[in-house]
Amino acid sequence: MELYKLTAHELHEKLVNKEVSSVELTNALYERIDAVEDKVNAYVTLDKENALAQAAKVDAKIAAGEEIAPLAGVPGAIKDNISTKGLRTTCSSKMLSNLIPIYDAHVIKNLRADETIFLGKTNMDEFAMGSTTESSFFGATHNPWNLDRVPGGSSGGSAAAIAAGEAIWTLGSDTGGSIRQPASFNGCVGIKPTYGRVSRYGCVAFASSLDQIGPITKDVTDAALVLNTICGKDEHDSTSLDVEVPDFTKALVADVKGLRIGLPKEYFGEGLDPKVKAEIEKAVKQYEAMGAEIVEVSLPHTEYAVITYYIIAPAEASANLARFDGVRYGYRNTSATSAPEMTTLSRTEGFGAEVKRRIMLGTYVLSSGYYDAYYKKAMQVRTLIRKDFEEAFKQCDVLLTPTSPVVAYPIDGKMDPLSIYLLDVTTIPVNMAGLPGISVPCGFADGMPVGMQLIGKPLDEATILRAAYTFEQANEYHKVFAPLGGNK
Amino acid sequence: MKVSADDVKYIAQLSRLTVPETEMEKFTEQFNQILNYADILQKIDTAGIEPTAHVLPVSNVLREDVAKEGVTHEEALSNAPAVHNGGFKVPRVIE
Repeated sequence: MELYKLTAHELHEKLVNKEVSSVELTNALYERIDAVEDKVNAYVTLDKENALAQAAKVDAKIAAGEEIAPLAGVPGAIKDNISTKGLRTTCSSKMLSNLIPIYDAHVIKNLRADETIFLGKTNMDEFAMGSTTESSFFGATHNPWNLDRVPGGSSGGSAAAIAAGEAIWTLGSDTGGSIRQPASFNGCVGIKPTYGRVSRYGCVAFASSLDQIGPITKDVTDAALVLNTICGKDEHDSTSLDVEVPDFTKALVADVKGLRIGLPKEYFGEGLDPKVKAEIEKAVKQYEAMGAEIVEVSLPHTEYAVITYYIIAPAEASANLARFDGVRYGYRNTSATSAPEMTTLSRTEGFGAEVKRRIMLGTYVLSSGYYDAYYKKAMQVRTLIRKDFEEAFKQCDVLLTPTSPVVAYPIDGKMDPLSIYLLDVTTIPVNMAGLPGISVPCGFADGMPVGMQLIGKPLDEATILRAAYTFEQANEYHKVFAPLGGNK
Repeated sequence: MKVSADDVKYIAQLSRLTVPETEMEKFTEQFNQILNYADILQKIDTAGIEPTAHVLPVSNVLREDVAKEGVTHEEALSNAPAVHNGGFKVPRVIE
């Protein structure tokens, strides 16, 4: 039996029924990692010793007849911008390549309390700035569906690990699509929860008003299980919401009768690959046949979302990344003869090109004389983008769009930054409005997975989970395994 | 062109970064490409629109002023590039 092909909920049953031990399961995952990791490069750091020790603890509990949590003993992996006490956390940057965190992120505390297993830390675009995972200091991650293509990003390592069978579940973070787009490119399920649902404490800050942690998994049920563990109020993050966290598995009901699904017309226009469009339209027809009501809606400010994002996110990033000064932690240039020179040289040598570009863009739009023209204007347009969604949700319960207008593209670095930025037009507005969004596999184009995005009202993860689950159960896309083809 | 190579140098200085001379031309070009694209925002009349800095109706989150355990001295210094007498060591700050 190839254990690495199973889902977390299937493996929980096997652990509880003593068909397999957590130590066997964890070893099976490391064997799989040994077999394919040199092709995929999904991981930055592995933590086998601690993972096996934790697995043995869970096995002892099962042997003693104690109850275990749904994710207990099930091996997962964590994006490398989420702080894990004692385990190197690099943000895939030279700047933090030796950083050993002294505290756990809130989500990690919750997962540890549930006795889950951390196989290691997954690769990403440096500081989560990118859509391809090519900007990692530790080398690009390759898409398990075709190793010559990008896995998407910035949580490309987390999504590729799922697709390649190198982890059962993973965590990613999503600032402008960084969970949903790689989930889509790798045939996985990925959720960005409502802003405030999950504490950002311990997630290295990129753009604080947009960042949110969420799961990347093999199916919708596993995504709900991870959400159950990571959501909730945390006193260390003042933006984490003090609201009730429902049991998200209760939303997993295969029924969309009467559900009003809105299709924002702006998401189906120019730039959308016709083959991706065809798969999305097939999914819409299926929903209709299952009793959902399809409504066309408009989000008129969609075309401004990308540039608004590329003003607001770099502005916040330029402030957040000011902490990397070479003094207290992180990379330090040792040839400088004064403290200010040390900081400038440490940052210049420690950050990659894209991170520098965004810090400088952010510095520019916040600088005297340009603040109103760029930053304030972008914040005003953000208000208009939010209002578009409020209007649309008067006519429907969820919005359905392609997760990305294209499938995963070749790793060749031929695209200029702006062309890559523009492909995020389908995911960025969801962060701007703070809404929950899920990507589920809905077909293939040119042999690569296509993802469908479902967007919900604030705090209404339950409805997008139900809609996603209903579609998933009526199809087999989530059961197709990535072939690891191509010639990396 | 919105910014020149000299502007880029100045922005880099504000950001505590340097851009190598060999990359300056390409960097300036890409910077301008993005700023030129931002011109589409000028099409929208935003007079009187409240800016959104944050999506949540949350502000001034307070808690009881109770002392809690923090990190230890050793933990705080554990990732420091250089340590001297229990503090962070840096090169000379003033002449």
